[in-house]
Amino acid sequence: MTDFTLDARRLLCPLPVIRVQDRVAGLSPGDRLEVVCSDPGALNDIPAWCRMSGHRVLDLRDEGDECRILIEVGAAR
Amino acid sequence: MTRPVRKALALVSGGLDSMLAVRVIQEQGIHVEGINFFTGFCVEGHTHAIRNRDRNRRKRNNALWVAEQLGIRLHIEDVVEEYKEVLLYPRHGYGAHLNPCLDCKVFMVRKALEWIRGHGFDFIVTGEVIGQRPMSQRKDTLPVVARESGAGDLLLRPLCAQNLPPTLPEREGWVDRSALYDFSGRTRKPQMALARRFGIEDYAQPAGGCCFLTDAQYAVKLADLWRHRPSRDYGLDDILLLKVGRHIRPAPHFKVIVARDEGEGRYLGGYRRQLPLLETLSCPGPTALVDGDPDPADLELAARIVARYGKGRDLAQVEIGLGHPQGGERRLRVAPLRPHEIPADWLL
Ligand code: SF4
Repeated sequence: MTDFTLDARRLLCPLPVIRVQDRVAGLSPGDRLEVVCSDPGALNDIPAWCRMSGHRVLDLRDEGDECRILIEVGAAR
Repeated sequence: MTRPVRKALALVSGGLDSMLAVRVIQEQGIHVEGINFFTGFCVEGHTHAIRNRDRNRRKRNNALWVAEQLGIRLHIEDVVEEYKEVLLYPRHGYGAHLNPCLDCKVFMVRKALEWIRGHGFDFIVTGEVIGQRPMSQRKDTLPVVARESGAGDLLLRPLCAQNLPPTLPEREGWVDRSALYDFSGRTRKPQMALARRFGIEDYAQPAGGCCFLTDAQYAVKLADLWRHRPSRDYGLDDILLLKVGRHIRPAPHFKVIVARDEGEGRYLGGYRRQLPLLETLSCPGPTALVDGDPDPADLELAARIVARYGKGRDLAQVEIGLGHPQGGERRLRVAPLRPHEIPADWLL
């Protein structure tokens, strides 16, 4: 299990989801990816994408101007 | 011997038609996944995300939401670079504005074809309906999409399939043609009836099109950008900025983008390392960017324009901060322009 981070600040919907999707494609099951975004839409979109793609959202934090989402990569990709 | 489960890839826009097309095919026991293409012009989210960040009413991405309702996976592809060729040189021309719908559909189906070949899927599904849209969904243009994309009879349109020659999935018996539909024309009634049958109540209302290129105001700003650049090439930031703020062009060599609310101001502020940034300092007022090749007198004029849209518009002087992309800030004291000093043809 390895921890990774992805800076998706200043990207607008749906680019944060696209960046997460492309990054997760290169990770292994159990790896964790922390995504930092500034578009609040990501708080809906990234968890929705994770649910349909078999990944788990471990933590979701709305910090005002930024939000942080911690994802655990699932097996089914 | 059990028959293999056939797999289809559906173009999912986030609207009702693609939603219905997926449901019709799912009902036939086909495994469906969705694909959505990000061209940079999609109406999705951007302006809503930028303007008035209302965290209680979060904007959802319709394509993702639709996919989740349907219980399918969605793949979103960034095609911003490849799409330039489609928009700049459309073989079939533009629609009412700068929308190259027919070339766009050909492009998207071609990308879907590449995807199914790379992922072992069997065919492609779209929510197109004959006669629904004036350019890309006519009886004579639907075959153009199938032919020019290379998808041929791997392209199935479940909502109007009965009006078209049988495709491979129908001929092979992967799907039952008699359970497909024969919708045609601009009426939305059959779609709404089918939505009711499937129990679908919440869906994005069909508008003029799925992207900003069908928007008259946006097309004016894009045409202006092209006219005032040495080439029509564009970057993602260019086309995103066209969705934000008031665009005011006092001269061919520069324009001012003035934020309309705080959210837009914050967004424009993110470009402070790329373009000169103007911020109202002495009273509440907007943030703005200056795009082009302005000289010092142009920047002062830009500051006067910004002052006109702030709370100090009736004052004799307003203080505006001018940030340079390379760093450093100057303070300008300027007289706000009066409304009659901004000619109508400056406003894009
Ligand atoms: S409206 Fe936009 S995205 Fe939709 S087909 Fe036309 S050009 Fe393509």
